[in-house]
Amino acid sequence: MSRYLLRFTALGYVAFLLLVPVGFVFYRAFGDGLGHAWDAVTTDRAIHALELTLMLTAIAVPANTIVGIILALMLVRTRFRGRGLLNAVVDLPLALSPVVVGLALYLLYGRGGWLGGLAERGVHVLFAFPGMLLATMFVSLPFVVREVVPVLREIGTEQEQAAETLGARPFQVFRRVTFPAIRWAVAYGVVLTTARCIGEFGAVSIVSGRIEGKTETLPIYVQSQYAFDFDTSGAYAASVVLALIAIATVVLLRVFQPKEEVL
Amino acid sequence: MRVICIALLGVALLAGSAAGASRGGSVDLVAYSTPKDAYGKIIASFQKTSAGNGTGFNESYAASGDQARAVAAGLKADVVALALDPDVNMLVGKGLVPKNWAANSHKGIVSDSVVVFVVRDGNPKHIKGWGDLVKPGIQVITPNPFTSGGARWNVMAAYGAQRKAGKTDKQAIAYLKKFFQHVPVQPDSARAALQVFAQGKGDVLITYENEAIYAEKKGVHTEYKTPKSTLLIETPVALTKSGLKKPAAKAFYKFLWSSTAQKAFASQGFRPVVKSVAKDYKFYKPSGLFTITSTKLGLNGWTKVQTRFFHPTNGIVAKIEKSLGH
Amino acid sequence: MVSDRAGGALARGIALGYLSLVVLLPLAALVWSSRSHGLGAFWDQATEPEALSALKLTLALAAICAVVNAVAGTAIAWVLVRDRFRGRGLVDSVIDLPFALPTIVAGLTLLALYGPGGPFKVDVAFTRMGVLLALLFVTLPFVVRAVQPVLLELDREMEEAAASLGARSFTVFRRIVFPNLLPAILSGVALAFSRAIGEFGAVVLISGNLPFKTEVSSVYIFQQVESDNGAAAAAVSVLLLAISLAVLLGIGAFRRWRTKYDHA
Repeated sequence: MSRYLLRFTALGYVAFLLLVPVGFVFYRAFGDGLGHAWDAVTTDRAIHALELTLMLTAIAVPANTIVGIILALMLVRTRFRGRGLLNAVVDLPLALSPVVVGLALYLLYGRGGWLGGLAERGVHVLFAFPGMLLATMFVSLPFVVREVVPVLREIGTEQEQAAETLGARPFQVFRRVTFPAIRWAVAYGVVLTTARCIGEFGAVSIVSGRIEGKTETLPIYVQSQYAFDFDTSGAYAASVVLALIAIATVVLLRVFQPKEEVL
Repeated sequence: MRVICIALLGVALLAGSAAGASRGGSVDLVAYSTPKDAYGKIIASFQKTSAGNGTGFNESYAASGDQARAVAAGLKADVVALALDPDVNMLVGKGLVPKNWAANSHKGIVSDSVVVFVVRDGNPKHIKGWGDLVKPGIQVITPNPFTSGGARWNVMAAYGAQRKAGKTDKQAIAYLKKFFQHVPVQPDSARAALQVFAQGKGDVLITYENEAIYAEKKGVHTEYKTPKSTLLIETPVALTKSGLKKPAAKAFYKFLWSSTAQKAFASQGFRPVVKSVAKDYKFYKPSGLFTITSTKLGLNGWTKVQTRFFHPTNGIVAKIEKSLGH
Repeated sequence: MVSDRAGGALARGIALGYLSLVVLLPLAALVWSSRSHGLGAFWDQATEPEALSALKLTLALAAICAVVNAVAGTAIAWVLVRDRFRGRGLVDSVIDLPFALPTIVAGLTLLALYGPGGPFKVDVAFTRMGVLLALLFVTLPFVVRAVQPVLLELDREMEEAAASLGARSFTVFRRIVFPNLLPAILSGVALAFSRAIGEFGAVVLISGNLPFKTEVSSVYIFQQVESDNGAAAAAVSVLLLAISLAVLLGIGAFRRWRTKYDHA
């Protein structure tokens, strides 16, 4: 009896808190019909917002993946002073509010900041693509590292050492031995990183200047449509696009769930 | 691996240049929060003219004070359309706008409005005059005067109306204190204040007449009342030093006073400043209308008012907010 | 080893350079800015009445959120691991949604559902309950995902032994299962608390940001930045960070202390 009570309560909590809101996005977006929603999401401004979001993601994800793998290798395979500190620094973006991240970039690259002089030389970081890219990279940095580190620890160095004694060069060792062992963890991390990049709002909002058609990402566009243009259907239509991407993310996470067995 | 690196670099460069490139014939407009629909129409009309053909526009709309600070911090702007003179003059002080920006026949003012009260449909709390705002239980929504230009027009309208009713300077300031006691939240811009009001917070919203008209257009269940004594709002536009270097920006600036543009403003609820256009529109004339230079009412122009009332630490409003625990 | 070669050194250099540019340099600017006007100014700005009120509200709501998650998250993990029902895999996947959904979309839908004009005729917009709701949404997965693997690994023998000796199922849970889950629960709680303190996108729409009532620190910081009060924003940020760090260290220490005596 208590089993059914527990099940009902727990699932009810999940439904009320998660499923109903997400379902509601679709309900509201398509409330006036499929065509209306399609129109709302194919305006120039909305398309540009989607493009900008994807462009930021297309750069930040590979960068954080490559650097993430290198950092994971460093953290697990090498002994050096400050390893604990490096570990903490990598985890830092997870502990920081996105607003604080945006603020830090604002202080660094704004007028009076250490790199504030860049703007005068024509290199615009704030209120332009580079600033938004830096914000996106910052907040999505830890995911690949955190997924790869435990796997690296588990698999140990035996196979890599064996390959080395057989004459393989370091990059060959990585490509033939290490990477295949960590690739599911990397894939899982990549999906998390991508989801974070696409969904980032607070940090990018501060550094973007919210210039319509120029520095509006899709999440910023959603907020602007709702709070500024009183265009709720536009906001919901764009939200549906983001929700669909989120659902695809969740599916991929399931597919790439790090395997229990390791070779 | 190497191929990936090169590809990434290429994408980054392309992206960076695409986002940062100033195409010949692109104008950066930085404006306060409410005139977005108006400028949308004006830009479309301008692009149909020979001077504006093929010109791209980058537009940004947010609270006037915040926008001025953003431009000072590096936000690119060729044309700044702000809510009041002090915000433009701040940019003059930073060397971004020339000193003679207001030297045209309309003193740089591109449209007018008045301060009005927006209330719920049917005016259930019977709000008609400034005295009704400080009745017990009434909640007033007005934006934050340190970020929003509209908020500053609201405060000076409240002060001026008291002076018009014969109150002394001290009494008018005491009214302002009571006024702020009735304000539960100060959103950062006029548009954000409308959003908060539309969501159900507050009994009355103090805002521009054009914003009240916008609310009705958007189907928000409100109506508006123009108090008998209220302040004439005059919103300026200026060419920045970078805008002066762009023929398209200069042409756009001039276009703002053309009858096409002035008619576009009027259609969105802004009062045109060009007389030949204004006479075709029947905007309500409040009997007790005053301006920011009505010295008899203690309003000595924005420069003096900005310092006296809105200085961030010594201004009257700052002192009031501090005494109220804000 | 990979690390000993010149190529490895180059890779490490690139990685560390990237880390410095993207993470360390901005944070250094942040900490510097908060100190730039002296410790006195730092303290004044960080303890402005509105800032303090926001901080207290933030910490209180995050704490409530952490407690609710400890209970709900454990219950959900239990149901997902120990119970069998149709659609279990689907529910398991759904738990990850808050990780994947942009916070602003979450905030928008919560506002639409539980705010004015929502289908359930409840209105928590402009209330602390609304903020709490938003925080619960974004922190749901943390405790669940921390507890699940531990539950999966748990050896059922002891539970079965206790049950066969006559212990009621709640006693079994309290005496045998829970102590084993506690470290994982605390890990999840630490993550949830840390996330809740900094949450912005999900909160900013539904809270209405009424100063002294529903304004949380992240929104206060945002508004200070918009008003170009970088130093005030930095002061509050650093204080928030320090408190967050202290709480996390505290939870970690508590966890180590509890599990020190926990040898089966």
